[in-house]
Amino acid sequence: MNGDRDKILARIREGLSVPAPLHHEMPARAGQSAQEPAFRAWLPAVGASQEEQMALFAKQSDLLRTEFVTCADVRAAAAHVAGLAAAHGWKKLAFHPGALTGALVPHLPTDLEQMRVEEGYDKLALEACDAGLTECEFLVAQTGSVCVTARSSGGRTLSVLPPHHLVIASRDQLVADLSSAYQGLNAKYGAALPSFISFISGPSRTGDIERILVLGAHGPKKLTVLVVG
Amino acid sequence: MSTTQNQFHRDAERTTADVPRRAFLRKALRGYEVKRDETKATFTDWQKARNVAANIKYDGVNHLDRYLLEFEEKFTARGGKVFWASNSAQAREYILQLARDRGVRSIIKSKAMTSEEIHLNDALESEGYHVVESDLGEFIQQLKHEPPYHFVFPCMHLKRDEISALFEKELGSAPTDSPEELTMIARAFMRRQYIDADMGISGGNFLVAETGMVSITENEGNARLTTGLPRIHVALVGIEKVLPKLSDLALFLPMLATAGTGQHMTCYNSMFGGARQPGETDGPEEFHVVLLDNHRTRLLADAEQRDALGCIRCGACLNVCPIFKNIGGHAYGTTYQGPIGSVITPHFRGLQDWKHLSGASSLCGACTDACPVKIDIHHHLLHNRRNAVDQKPVWWEKIVWFGYVQTMTRPWFLRLANKLAPLAQKLHPLVLGGLFDPVRNWTKTRDFPEVAEESFHDWWAKRKEQSK
Repeated sequence: MNGDRDKILARIREGLSVPAPLHHEMPARAGQSAQEPAFRAWLPAVGASQEEQMALFAKQSDLLRTEFVTCADVRAAAAHVAGLAAAHGWKKLAFHPGALTGALVPHLPTDLEQMRVEEGYDKLALEACDAGLTECEFLVAQTGSVCVTARSSGGRTLSVLPPHHLVIASRDQLVADLSSAYQGLNAKYGAALPSFISFISGPSRTGDIERILVLGAHGPKKLTVLVVG
Repeated sequence: MSTTQNQFHRDAERTTADVPRRAFLRKALRGYEVKRDETKATFTDWQKARNVAANIKYDGVNHLDRYLLEFEEKFTARGGKVFWASNSAQAREYILQLARDRGVRSIIKSKAMTSEEIHLNDALESEGYHVVESDLGEFIQQLKHEPPYHFVFPCMHLKRDEISALFEKELGSAPTDSPEELTMIARAFMRRQYIDADMGISGGNFLVAETGMVSITENEGNARLTTGLPRIHVALVGIEKVLPKLSDLALFLPMLATAGTGQHMTCYNSMFGGARQPGETDGPEEFHVVLLDNHRTRLLADAEQRDALGCIRCGACLNVCPIFKNIGGHAYGTTYQGPIGSVITPHFRGLQDWKHLSGASSLCGACTDACPVKIDIHHHLLHNRRNAVDQKPVWWEKIVWFGYVQTMTRPWFLRLANKLAPLAQKLHPLVLGGLFDPVRNWTKTRDFPEVAEESFHDWWAKRKEQSK
């Protein structure tokens, strides 16, 4: 049962039998859409060196109200998280075990309860956590975005349900722009892409009431990005 | 005059008279415009980016059959289910049947204009399902039992005290004049709804043919929760939303954000390819995409206006439109307001009933300039006017044009008319504002300009005479 598939396709084909006029100038490589490197020429500029890109990511994070922290190593990152936990009185932190998260959590204070999500979890229990700690695929310099996927970041909800999202990434995960991130995902997963990919740009927000910015509409009220190395 | 047209005139007249609300709207819309221009300026070449975006959409829409089949194949290969709906009734029935079959009780929704288009909430609620809109603006409109005012900013016409009063009445919350506190009331209410819901219904900003994915753009995180927590995810998406390649989003996501809200990037841009895959932690057990035609193929068949299917619903044309600024969103009486709504609604719901929207335009072209995918919006308003007259000529307009031709092709007749005009104007007060006033729509709110005592023709002749 797939509905009016054939009827709709027939209507589309009949409609397309009359060609459409062009209302705009056709740029080079007409009729093709795979212009990844070409997009770069028109979108906001990104520096070529890693220093420039890191500086741009920091600037965008600031505009987006993301807390961006560079740490010498995982131990220093854990110390920062411990500081946040103490300052905000966190009781419970959820995470998924990965190379970076797995290395970080042993350094957290023992009175901060930990919850792992990789084997499935109780939704209410996750909702009750004060923070969610995840890894990511990439940090995107151009837009200050964190690219998470169902594979790399503990599923779909760990990074959105708790009120504080902590991301830990290594310096080499920084890429120039969205095109590079898509290329990276293709290189890593090929046709078997995760069922969920998201570019997170700052903490959850809304301006629905009188255009006044409020953070933490439904997702995290705070986003902290910890870069190690 | 059709009922829809009468309604439009009545509503537009009423909303235009509400001057404080207009000032409030203008300020908000101006704010979006300023922010958009700032972000646009960070692009290396916004105009070229528009050309490329238009080009990709042209490719997508003009090979729609091929890309939809590619989407279906890839999406199905990842365990998703595609349903093709010709019209609203079919789409509603599919979702209802799914809810019945799976024993669904509670449904959470993220913002989907397609769902407004097919009146999905009414259908679900009438069968006893508990349905909650999770987007803050949509939630407010749902509590108010009102359709969205603007398809990107659903409650932009409401002030904080009105929202506070609404929450107090519907949710029993304490009154507040802080937008932050109001947002937190909705947040607290919604948390439990996400967790209890069996089914999450979303829209979709893009369908990626190459990978069989639905891309959703949002700021609040409500769409991520709607698609992450319930065991069933249904995305209701118009067939025109295809993009050929996943990497095309590298252009479209920043452009949608810039044109829509003036952000560099909307807070969450998520791509969904299937339900939970083997080895993944969470996510729904089932993912259904309902591809909605609902007369989009009628617009597709009009080659001249086909580019209107490239619309990414950013709302930029509404934000700059002098008509929208003055009459507001509800006066349109349509799911899609503003210039783009005036272009597409006649195709979706009948030209004769909705042609008046194409008349309600100053043809200033601000919409066309604002459009990130270069839809020729203001010319399409002219095309609609022309098509409406070709299809069904208006008798009194024919008489007026006949009279105009008679006058303009006979110089003696024009001279006579010029001589008589000042006299006719002296008699005007006798009928002013009444049924027999030929310009009563004008004189309702303005004075009629005074007719010159002497025509240019006479003046010129006299001047020549004097200079001899």
